[in-house]
Amino acid sequence: MALFLVNVLDGLVTGLLLFMLCSGLTLIFSMMGVLNFAHASFYMLGAYFAYQISLVTGFWAGLIIAPLVVGVIGAGIERYGLRRVHKFGHVPELIFTFGLALLIEEAVQFFWGKSQLPFSEPEALDFAAFAIAGNAFPAYKVFMIFVAMGIFLTLLYILTKTRIGMTIQAALSYPETVQNLGHNVPLVFMCVFGVGTAMAGLAGVIAGPVLGVFPGMAVQLGSIVFVTIVIGGLGSLWGALVASLIIGWMQTFATAYDVTAEQILTAIGFTKPELIWDHPLQDLWTLTLPQLGPILPYLLMVIVLVLRPQGLMGKRES
Amino acid sequence: MNKLNILMATTIVASLTAGFAAAQEKVQIAYIDPLSGPFATTGTQGLAIYRHTVKELVNEPGALLDGQAEFEMVPFDNKISAKESLIQLQVAMDQGIRIIAQGASSGVASALSEAVAKHNRRNPDDPVIFLNHSAVDPALTNDKCQFWHFRFDANADIKMDALTDDIAANPDIKKVYVIGQDYSFGKAVAAAAQRFLKEKRPDIEIVGNELHPIGKVKDFTPYARKIVGSDADAVITGNWGGDMVGLGKAIMSAGFDQPIYTYYGATSGITAAFGEEGDGIVKLVGAGQVNPPATPEGQEFIATFYESFPDLDFGQPQMANVAPMLAAAVNEVGNATDIKAIAYALEGMEYDSIITGKTVMRESDHQVIQTVTVQGQTPENILFEFDKSGRGMAAETIVELASKDSATTCEMKRP
Repeated sequence: MALFLVNVLDGLVTGLLLFMLCSGLTLIFSMMGVLNFAHASFYMLGAYFAYQISLVTGFWAGLIIAPLVVGVIGAGIERYGLRRVHKFGHVPELIFTFGLALLIEEAVQFFWGKSQLPFSEPEALDFAAFAIAGNAFPAYKVFMIFVAMGIFLTLLYILTKTRIGMTIQAALSYPETVQNLGHNVPLVFMCVFGVGTAMAGLAGVIAGPVLGVFPGMAVQLGSIVFVTIVIGGLGSLWGALVASLIIGWMQTFATAYDVTAEQILTAIGFTKPELIWDHPLQDLWTLTLPQLGPILPYLLMVIVLVLRPQGLMGKRES
Repeated sequence: MNKLNILMATTIVASLTAGFAAAQEKVQIAYIDPLSGPFATTGTQGLAIYRHTVKELVNEPGALLDGQAEFEMVPFDNKISAKESLIQLQVAMDQGIRIIAQGASSGVASALSEAVAKHNRRNPDDPVIFLNHSAVDPALTNDKCQFWHFRFDANADIKMDALTDDIAANPDIKKVYVIGQDYSFGKAVAAAAQRFLKEKRPDIEIVGNELHPIGKVKDFTPYARKIVGSDADAVITGNWGGDMVGLGKAIMSAGFDQPIYTYYGATSGITAAFGEEGDGIVKLVGAGQVNPPATPEGQEFIATFYESFPDLDFGQPQMANVAPMLAAAVNEVGNATDIKAIAYALEGMEYDSIITGKTVMRESDHQVIQTVTVQGQTPENILFEFDKSGRGMAAETIVELASKDSATTCEMKRP
């Protein structure tokens, strides 16, 4: 039971971290109809900037400055890059962001090298907040949970309760009408792109000390981010949260419990072949749940796409 | 006028060629390892160690054919892909290079070893020799062994032998958790751990034996929880690169404060990433050690390495043996062109290394036998630090001529 509780908390941390990445991506997609392949690269940039800033001023300044810098870069890229490509259609946009991802990865390697960087949590949070049956739960992870929850609530408030949020939502559905009403829609797009990338940058700053800062960190998260927003429903903030949490818990629990295919198959009534090492079904019999863990989100995506193509909370029927 | 010009040009060309002919003979070594991409740190570090060794131990002292010849390193980038390596091997051979060095990844090594063997079968008069400086899958000197392959690093079994010596000597360790990457090397490490522990300390219980997908795990926390939950007194892992950092950090932040025995848990940013938390916990098993160096000459050699390459670490000590041992073989033969004779000279060679002590290239399987050391991460009394982190790996258990009588399944066919 104690271990179960620990895993619930660990899964929550993983899920919320994923959510910080996905919220920006899903907003940008619903607005521009473009899957931003470089989104995880902004996450990486956030971590690297924060590391660089932390060398001079410590962790906390990095936590605030790095996402701002990433957001400004993101807005700049939308203004001077994406917007020009936009008129040529979606495929050039896709290729643009894809190229951007490669470019950012190479640039990061050029400036910071290929090794892991020693980016660690601030000393003020470098202690175990509490322990459940000998399992320490770092204070830093508690901090992560609060930051992610804070971001979710802030975003939800801005999008649903404020004037800016309503303009954004209107611009998502009827850009021409909003434009005709006198709103500067391109500016709205630029701001949303900037905020989205800044969120990715913030996720990078927070995840850096836990998941490591290295040139492969964007690629490692790149695909799972897309899976999450597809499961949650493109453009839905609630969907992104729910899907992130499901994936976080799914992966944590899959790794935590050593359920083997053998146990399941024998429980159903099959008998294990004597000479398993020469058996054609050897791989099936020796499969374990932790090995299966990384595939589960993709499996879930396929199921969701089949049963509910618009995603768990998606609205659009297209 | 025209004729005069041609005559002059011819004379100049002729004199230049003569000038080159009088210079020292260059013996080229093709270095095929990742020099770009995520594993470039490993390849760059290795190339630097080779270059330093070639300069300090062979060329400057005039140790090759009485100074008549010099080694020259020719780097080829294989991006750690077996396919790319075979292309680079072909390029190197087309350039006339007959000495091949590689080490990062046993998968690549085994592809190269097969390609070299095939080439030599087809061209018995023009063979190529393969010097493996760090690929440690035991199969390369057992079932897959072949005459033209020489391994200069201690293989995974030899390392595990030394590592389990260290565990066996610690009566506090009663439960061990084995975790590794899900591929041939990770499986070899797990199998060796089980075998040696059963042999040396039958009372030790292996409370976990687990493989995780290689390079795919983003967060190792659930694994760390299982390790803490299993009450293990020590962890053994063959993980490298990002998987090593992720696993190590997760285990430590989950509150585990027992030894973590690793094959690759240091240098290339890993020591810096572990930082203070890893002191006294992270152990590394490897051929030779830098703290303290085996000999005063070795210390001098490593010190000049850090002067020449201030951004890199001397992280793979055994690589410094390749060039001097090859030079000794060339000297014994008397020329650098008779590759077959050089290979025979390397077989069974005994060499007093300034880095790894007494070193023997075993005749039966071409596996080098040398000093293998279990080292621990510490900030104290460190002569040569890793990652400029103020900490490094200091020798704790030193095994000379480690596993010199270990069995091999190799049935070498000699040309």
